[in-house]
Amino acid sequence: MKIYEQTAANLSKLLQNKEVSSVEVVQSFLDRIELIEPYLKSFITHTPAMALDMASTVDNRRAGGEKLHPLAGVPIAIKDNISTRGLRTTCASRILENYIPPYDATVVETLKQVGMPLLGKTNMDEFAMGSSTENSAFYPSRNPWNLERVPGGSSGGSAVAVSSGMAPLALGSDTGGSIRQPASLCGLTGLRPTYGRVSRYGLIAFASSLDQIGTISLTALDSAMLMNVISGYDLLDSTTLSEPVPDYTIFLDEGIKKLKVGVIKENVSEDFDPEVTAAVMKNIALLKESGAEVDEVSLPLTDYGLGAYYLIAPSEASSNLGRYDGVRYGFNAGGESIDDMFSATRGRGFGPEVKRRIMIGTYALSAGYFDAYYLQAMKVRTMIRREYEAAFKRFDILVGATTPTPAFKIDEKIDDPLQMYLSDICNITDSLAGVPSLSIPSGISSGGLPMGMQLTASPLKEGLLLKVAGFLERERGHLPLRPKVKLPEGGEV
Amino acid sequence: MKYEVVIGLEIHLELQTSSKLFCGCSTIFGREPNSNCCPICLGLPGSLPVFNRRAIELAVAAALALNSDVQEKSRFDRKNYFYPDLPKAYQISQYDQPLARGGYLQIEVDCASRIINLERVHLEEEAGKLIHSSESIMGSDYSLVDYNRAGIPLLEIVTAPDITSGREARLFLDDLRSVLLYSGASDCKMEEGSLRCDANISLRPAGSDELGTRAEVKNMNSFRAVELALNYEAGRQEEILAAGGTVIQETCHWDEERKKTIPLRSKEGSSDYRYFPEPDLLPLVLESTFIEEISAALPELPPARRKRLKEQYGLDASEAALFTFNRSLGDFFEAAAARYNQYANLAKWVQGDLLYYLRESGKNVEEVEPQKFVDLLTLLDKGDINRPVAKELLSEIVLSGTSPQKMIRDKGLGRISGDEQLLPIVEKVIAENPDAIENYRQGKEKAMAFLVGRVMALTGGRADPGEANKLLKEKISRK
Repeated sequence: MKIYEQTAANLSKLLQNKEVSSVEVVQSFLDRIELIEPYLKSFITHTPAMALDMASTVDNRRAGGEKLHPLAGVPIAIKDNISTRGLRTTCASRILENYIPPYDATVVETLKQVGMPLLGKTNMDEFAMGSSTENSAFYPSRNPWNLERVPGGSSGGSAVAVSSGMAPLALGSDTGGSIRQPASLCGLTGLRPTYGRVSRYGLIAFASSLDQIGTISLTALDSAMLMNVISGYDLLDSTTLSEPVPDYTIFLDEGIKKLKVGVIKENVSEDFDPEVTAAVMKNIALLKESGAEVDEVSLPLTDYGLGAYYLIAPSEASSNLGRYDGVRYGFNAGGESIDDMFSATRGRGFGPEVKRRIMIGTYALSAGYFDAYYLQAMKVRTMIRREYEAAFKRFDILVGATTPTPAFKIDEKIDDPLQMYLSDICNITDSLAGVPSLSIPSGISSGGLPMGMQLTASPLKEGLLLKVAGFLERERGHLPLRPKVKLPEGGEV
Repeated sequence: MKYEVVIGLEIHLELQTSSKLFCGCSTIFGREPNSNCCPICLGLPGSLPVFNRRAIELAVAAALALNSDVQEKSRFDRKNYFYPDLPKAYQISQYDQPLARGGYLQIEVDCASRIINLERVHLEEEAGKLIHSSESIMGSDYSLVDYNRAGIPLLEIVTAPDITSGREARLFLDDLRSVLLYSGASDCKMEEGSLRCDANISLRPAGSDELGTRAEVKNMNSFRAVELALNYEAGRQEEILAAGGTVIQETCHWDEERKKTIPLRSKEGSSDYRYFPEPDLLPLVLESTFIEEISAALPELPPARRKRLKEQYGLDASEAALFTFNRSLGDFFEAAAARYNQYANLAKWVQGDLLYYLRESGKNVEEVEPQKFVDLLTLLDKGDINRPVAKELLSEIVLSGTSPQKMIRDKGLGRISGDEQLLPIVEKVIAENPDAIENYRQGKEKAMAFLVGRVMALTGGRADPGEANKLLKEKISRK
């Protein structure tokens, strides 16, 4: 098995046993990137020198007998909306094309302390708005399972990098499904933690009350290991939670007897691709056989969730993105007056989807509309939270599909925003409720595309989600973790 | 028709914290542009605000000093608008759940007490500062932004429309500043922009309860300017109304040079700030014990002090006001009064000669020891020195802090009196001025004044004129 094919947990073992050096590990991923990145376009910025530098530092420290973190020397890719000091952070937007942050996000600082080499900054939908990575101002990323298909989004680049063996782990961000949906479409494990579990300091805001940094990995164990690094209270983020962080890896070997599983009726809908629902049901049957107590649950407010989300998130976005006005950050379209400059800069600097959401949000917050839109949406959000609280009195976890269909084709939905929004339909209410939500592979469709199932638990129960994911990985056997990437000119790598 | 003027003020106050409202950057005034900045106060993408506890303490102290009802739970909202001095394109402010509600300030207008009510007191962040290449942003080739000021904690105080004239507005501001200085919340330096005031002003027929159409007046850079601008604007509106016209709701700038309010022809109807709750901050919850502790730590406030000074020392209104507004001078007076009970005389010396020498020397009253000042007055009262010497010594006490007793010893400034010291001089004056003696004997009183003057001149002012007079008369009549 080649180095780049290993899970993060295996790499950790190989490194700790000194069977490989971190430089060798990083080089293996860099070689892989050189080979297939031109086809997949998962990165915006590559950082091979930085990665090798960190790798050799870690190797030296290990050689010096230092006790290192289990993930020391294991490389990672980071979504390009997470600030990296001295390294361009674009949000896949023209308006930040040349923006170099003077500071590291809290999570980046932690990764550096642990000694995880950074392979590069990954492609995404502009400002994390989108579900296909087609809204990147630079180029779309492609799904390694089928280059004609989207990898999902907005953390599409991170998912592609992990899925194709260009990185063992990646950080994404999830506002309304942006980790779980691409993880599902690429056959990966994607965890959106509880709101406040991971610091947002340095994550360029899309919708502050919903944004959350999370993990994209091959397995539940890899996710648990990375969660151990990035979770916890941060003095710089007032919305982080002060509860202590458990060692997430200890949950993985536990059984699931008597686990109360609620199947969300709305998320195994008849309107979904039947193969998707069937794959979910097959996994649920396995849980039941293994002693879980399974019942159906309805979350009728799911219908209102999408509407509430598409008012709250754009409202916050319209405010968060106000600062890109041409005064700072480089891109400035000029103009006769200051107002002309603001308009021209924002008109040309933002892509169509970002502008659409800014306009929706500006409208929803305007005097005379605020009560009918923003306030009403916030009421729905509160009701959704209560609905979840009620459901978690009956169930330990809630399950359903992550996405209604496997990966769709590039260009298929880009001109139909509503259809695009609907690909996050299963993900949005978890975001509104602020609860942890995990997408894991559920099976491979007849068309050879991965499908996903979403597990949801009450706040701070990430460990429970990882336990169920780990259990399924063991019981049903690993699905093919990574595809062979079929190159357009023939052959597969 | 007779009109009455209705004025409400909006005061912005920089709190005197050492660091900014949401980050650790310094608030020091006058540093090199953009040197007191970090990702948070620059509003860089991804940065998040974190409360500065000290700013909240000062804001609560100011609110309590203004009798405003501090809320146990308040919330921060985003006020969205585009301007180059606003790095995030929104200001973190408070909207429908302010830090404190209501409140009032009791002021004195023409010896009568007036209550000016407050609507609210809230906390927000300061914007940066624009420096234009010419007078305004519109006419400039370029403008520079200094974000050193961005994020400094700002307290907004909004009064009810209770003020009835420009003069009353100024008196209110004098008292407000005094209360805020006592509370320790702000240094209230208008010249450094740490206190700013905008006003809403309208006219209505005298006795009416309805409010007329108001104008907002901005750019008033001193309390004096507030008075002038509001009086001018009241006159302008009265002329319009008297001519049968209507006042339009607009924003005016006070033009300090032309002494006029100039309407700004722009951004009408553009003030939809799209307020919504700041998602990056949790609601501000203040324990009642926290509020009580701050309340207990407040010093005696100006209205109470003014009243007490009158009662305790029998001071008149203007003395009580002076020793209240000039807090350190009042403290000095009280420290001296603890050692010297001729309060009227003490007050006269403190506000007269002491204040004069302080201004002359540029010294602060804190540098003067009350005990030395009291010693000086006691020496004068006992007749050990006379007034001119006392003034000379006071000047020296202010300048160098030397004790009056020591100066008297060293310089021989004690009084020249009695048969041993003064009599020989008196005899010398009599011997040298036979003409004046003759004149005095013929009944010319002026001659005696001349002779006393000679004695004073020969003693270098150290004789007591009364004693010189007495001795002269004795000697002359004996002959």
